[in-house]
Amino acid sequence: MLNSIAFLIGTTLLYSAPLIYTALGGVISENAGVVNIGLEGMMVLGAFTAATVGYFTGNPWFAFLMAGAAGASIALFHAIACVTYTADHVISGIAINFLGPGIALFVSTIVFEGATMTIPLSLDDKIPRPLNEVFAQNSFFDIILNQYATVYLAFILVAAVWFLLYKTRFGLRIRSVGEHPRAADTLGINVIGIKYIAVLLSGMFAGFGGAAMSIAVVSNFRPTLISGQGFIALAAMIFGKWRPFGAMWACLLFGFAQGLVVFLGGKDTIAVSSQVWAMLPYIITLVILIGVVGKSEAPSADGVPFEK
Amino acid sequence: MKKSLIFSLMTLFIALFLVSAFAAKALKVAMVTDTGGVHDQSFNQSAWEGLQRVKKELGVDVSFKESKQDADYAPNFETLIDGGNSLIWGIGFLMGDVILDSAKTNPKVNFAIIDYAYDKTPKNLVGVVFKAEEASFLVGYIAGKMTKKNKVGFVGGMHIPVIPPFEFGYKAGVKYANKKVEIMDQYAESFVDAAKGKAIANQMYQKGADIVFHAAGGVGDGVIEAAKEQKKWAIGVDKDQNFLAPNNVLTSAMKRVDNAVFNVTKDLKDGKFKGGQTIVYGLKEGGVDIAPSSSKHVPAAILKEVAKIKQMIIDGKLKVPTNEKDYNAFVKGL
Repeated sequence: MLNSIAFLIGTTLLYSAPLIYTALGGVISENAGVVNIGLEGMMVLGAFTAATVGYFTGNPWFAFLMAGAAGASIALFHAIACVTYTADHVISGIAINFLGPGIALFVSTIVFEGATMTIPLSLDDKIPRPLNEVFAQNSFFDIILNQYATVYLAFILVAAVWFLLYKTRFGLRIRSVGEHPRAADTLGINVIGIKYIAVLLSGMFAGFGGAAMSIAVVSNFRPTLISGQGFIALAAMIFGKWRPFGAMWACLLFGFAQGLVVFLGGKDTIAVSSQVWAMLPYIITLVILIGVVGKSEAPSADGVPFEK
Repeated sequence: MKKSLIFSLMTLFIALFLVSAFAAKALKVAMVTDTGGVHDQSFNQSAWEGLQRVKKELGVDVSFKESKQDADYAPNFETLIDGGNSLIWGIGFLMGDVILDSAKTNPKVNFAIIDYAYDKTPKNLVGVVFKAEEASFLVGYIAGKMTKKNKVGFVGGMHIPVIPPFEFGYKAGVKYANKKVEIMDQYAESFVDAAKGKAIANQMYQKGADIVFHAAGGVGDGVIEAAKEQKKWAIGVDKDQNFLAPNNVLTSAMKRVDNAVFNVTKDLKDGKFKGGQTIVYGLKEGGVDIAPSSSKHVPAAILKEVAKIKQMIIDGKLKVPTNEKDYNAFVKGL
């Protein structure tokens, strides 16, 4: 019983960490008034970059940072289109979602001799597990806490982003740009500059999210590795009401649903086909979205182009 | 000036004509992977290795096309047909219908498919199936002999007809070795979700299993990942997967897709293409086996017993079950 609880918590953490990074990216960008449905594409590019750089350099943290850089560079296109040229944010985001996987697969076929899957990293070249072998193997605390460092970092970043948005001058500027860019502009805030920084940060976080998948949860990239996580993170951000901690709880809920599928699917006592279990996370998400969350309100100027 | 231009254009055309005529003569063979991709460490990769051997030993021009989703199969076949290939391989059960359509509409091109047996196979199509249960029985026997906790696990991909023979062959092998061993099983309902494979295997190890066998393509990456992290045993599938985790992959139930691809392609080159048939590869034909790397971790005494059982299966003295009904009868008879 105790170990079942531990398994559920541990698996929830395993699944939700990549979502949390990406949802945080969404929170930053949308609080600055730029809708970012391109998270999925940015995540794919991050996952690929991390797996490739990790494979060639053997340095997981460098690979992790490069994934952030890759996410930010593709986010730059989104920023140019949406902020400088006031294009429709959704259309630009869709373009990013095609562009990200396109670039990843194209570069992969060049680097890995025509294959769209990278070569797996060895355990030593992956992100480290800080609490590995601290507790007895498969004891209660081991199952919960023996996670990759990216899991812990995700939660630290939730607090950091919260602090940034609500306790710093820069955060206030981000939010003012998202709520009322014209007012912010008359007060002398560089609206365009703030939006650029926010979009780049969001790309960086989405890149981290991809890396948390490709060099921590598993040890290589393949085209199907990121299949919808970016969109789930987007949904999590919305029913987390555009706030860092809200988004975190939403991601944890989704991760929990995924863990529950594995847990219940492994029970002999409940004879339900595994196809039905596989639907569970999505059904839970729908039910919660319909019934529990209530009204969630976006920043007033979210998705509205700003022209000086 | 004008004349010289016409002349050079004509030379160019003639040259092109010669090149294309020459190119048409060279035998071209291609394959379409399923969504696992050509580096799946599993049967797509194995098929590609078979084709590379074809290239090296028979001098045939080979290429592949990867499918990122099921919807890519048909266009991939179209592209390869237009590319002038004489034989096109479809790797995997999931493209069974697509390849049948392609074979019917392109009677001049030959096709072959892994893991599919048609009721009525067209003349230009060969189905290749493997007796996966036979190799699975052998690795199951090893697992049953080597488990210290009398608990082992099985992780399946999706509920498609190819997978249950792995499951029940394996389970039968485990029970044949030791009736007391408890076997957990779970399907991921995916061939790509490595995170899910990892979570499922983690749960099995946490519940006390010390050996987990997977027949789940890319999901198996996660199973082996879990074995690595937990320092337990995993059993690989399709290829010798020991290289993925040299200290944690005990053995692998190999499906020699490479041999099948090589043999059928060689038949075509020799003009003996067995169109319209389904070819069955079992232990007897060298189509399935346990991995050569097994000797690294499996004691010689057990391997000796495995060799004996292998001979029994080849001689038909031991019939390995492929479904739940036969399996239950098999266990009852032990």
